[in-house]
Amino acid sequence: MAIVQAVNLTKKYNKLTAVDALNIEIDEGEVFGLLGPNGAGKTTIIKMFATLLEPTSGTAKVNGFDVVKHPAKVRESIGIVFQEPSSDELLTGYENIKLYAMMYGIPKTEIKKGISEALELVELTSRKDDLVRTYSGGMRRRLEIARSLIHKPKILFLDEPTLGLDPAGREKMWAYISRLVDELKMTVLLTTHYMEEADTLADRIGIIDQGKIVVIDTPNALKATLGGDLVTITASNIPLSELKKLKYVKKIKQENHKVILTIENVSKNLQPLLKFIGKIDSVEVRNTTLNDVFLKFTGKRIREEGKNTFFDKIIQESTSKA
Amino acid sequence: MTLRGISAIWQREMLTFSREKPRIVSAAINPIFWLLTFGAGLGSTVSIEGINYQQFIFAGIIVQTILFSSIFYGAYLVWDRRIDLLKAILVTPLSRSSIFFGKVLSGVTLALIQSAIILVFGLFMNINYTFFSLFLVILTIIVTATGLTALGLIIGSFMTSPEGFQLITTFVIFPLFFLSGALFPLNNLPAYLGMLTSINPVTYIVDMLRGLLIGLQYYGTIENLLVMTGFALIALFIGTQAFERMRS
Repeated sequence: MAIVQAVNLTKKYNKLTAVDALNIEIDEGEVFGLLGPNGAGKTTIIKMFATLLEPTSGTAKVNGFDVVKHPAKVRESIGIVFQEPSSDELLTGYENIKLYAMMYGIPKTEIKKGISEALELVELTSRKDDLVRTYSGGMRRRLEIARSLIHKPKILFLDEPTLGLDPAGREKMWAYISRLVDELKMTVLLTTHYMEEADTLADRIGIIDQGKIVVIDTPNALKATLGGDLVTITASNIPLSELKKLKYVKKIKQENHKVILTIENVSKNLQPLLKFIGKIDSVEVRNTTLNDVFLKFTGKRIREEGKNTFFDKIIQESTSKA
Repeated sequence: MTLRGISAIWQREMLTFSREKPRIVSAAINPIFWLLTFGAGLGSTVSIEGINYQQFIFAGIIVQTILFSSIFYGAYLVWDRRIDLLKAILVTPLSRSSIFFGKVLSGVTLALIQSAIILVFGLFMNINYTFFSLFLVILTIIVTATGLTALGLIIGSFMTSPEGFQLITTFVIFPLFFLSGALFPLNNLPAYLGMLTSINPVTYIVDMLRGLLIGLQYYGTIENLLVMTGFALIALFIGTQAFERMRS
């Protein structure tokens, strides 16, 4: 049974359709990543699931409760960390969580224990009595994760959980998120525009573009749709016609003394391939990433739009035939 | 609506205030400036019905303080909404009316603290308090601050960006203050001023307070009471509705 479910969920602002007939089902215990560029409609989807925004049409259910008919029940079932910081700067970390515990109606006797557990999980115990004003961006995000867990929700929504963090902070954050998924067996819906983040954290990924889900699958299955990794070989003499007969060579593109091959299972097939070709000047392997997957399904890069690289062209060509 | 929820909101605001003491103090120093400069300056030549002008405007200056502090406190909500602070509260099971009443209670507390500073200053201006008059004065301040904070919250719930803040002073606070008889007596006013003051609920509040503080009153006590509580109740009612409809 899906614990988070959307059926033809749609949100329109005047003429603009922010979310277009979304259908997803997220299973209990699953980490689902919504991957897409800014403005794709990810935050709008989260807001509708979190009862902050009423859908224009379609339905959304969270923990079995309809978001429009039983908003209070939905709110009790979810924790949410917003894209922008939402803790009080003039309160300490502890005070921030305590006030939310009160708002969730957690019994006084359980508050203290609950807070120290939550703070422990995100390793903020030593800073709990400092004003949030003195926290770094990553610490604030962690505090908000602790806050969102205080009422032991079944589902956690994370809207761009590492936006604005430096690479080190980002990786640390991933570790915390993985840990709470493992320890608390939570269902997580996260949005991100970082490929690596979706790849690292999500069990399944839904690629979203202009309000529409383009494809949903596991990261590996998505990458497999590209047919293989790219191997660039420079050599004076390349036996092209023979290469075509090799089973694991999926595609060949030649440019002067350079040839770019799409190779299935490159970790296994690279060595026989090189042996087959013989003397070469150089070889370069480029593993397919979710970036390539995104490009394949939406026809554009997730960040630098319109600036397609040489490799992009090849991926596009290979997919247009597929 | 739960008491614990209201209390959570109130505690949050109080903790924030306690760390922003300069804001509270400066808000209470302003009115004392008014009394010492405007009140004393005009008071050196002007007296109204045998009462020193400084003493005459004392009630008006208290109301001015509450007007600024309560309305701005309420309207500040737009800032909470701009940043994601309010969203985080709205996504808890806490009802919107709990949030609203928690905010009103906080605005009232703030107004009481600031009024207290001015009331103490009143001792140096020969305002004679009795325990009973002081009790009624505080009650009046509570009812007034309730209405005005609710009014501020209503404004804050409709505003979409903090840019409109200046307009609140021009189009809400100044008219309510200057057309209230806070600075001038209500008898012998030109017709248009008489009309405008009589439809301003703040007029009745100033009159009520002035009656309690220096014994000078223009309207009947019942009339003042009715307008004052009526205004607060209507503002509370509209405020709860506005909060229900407020977009996050």
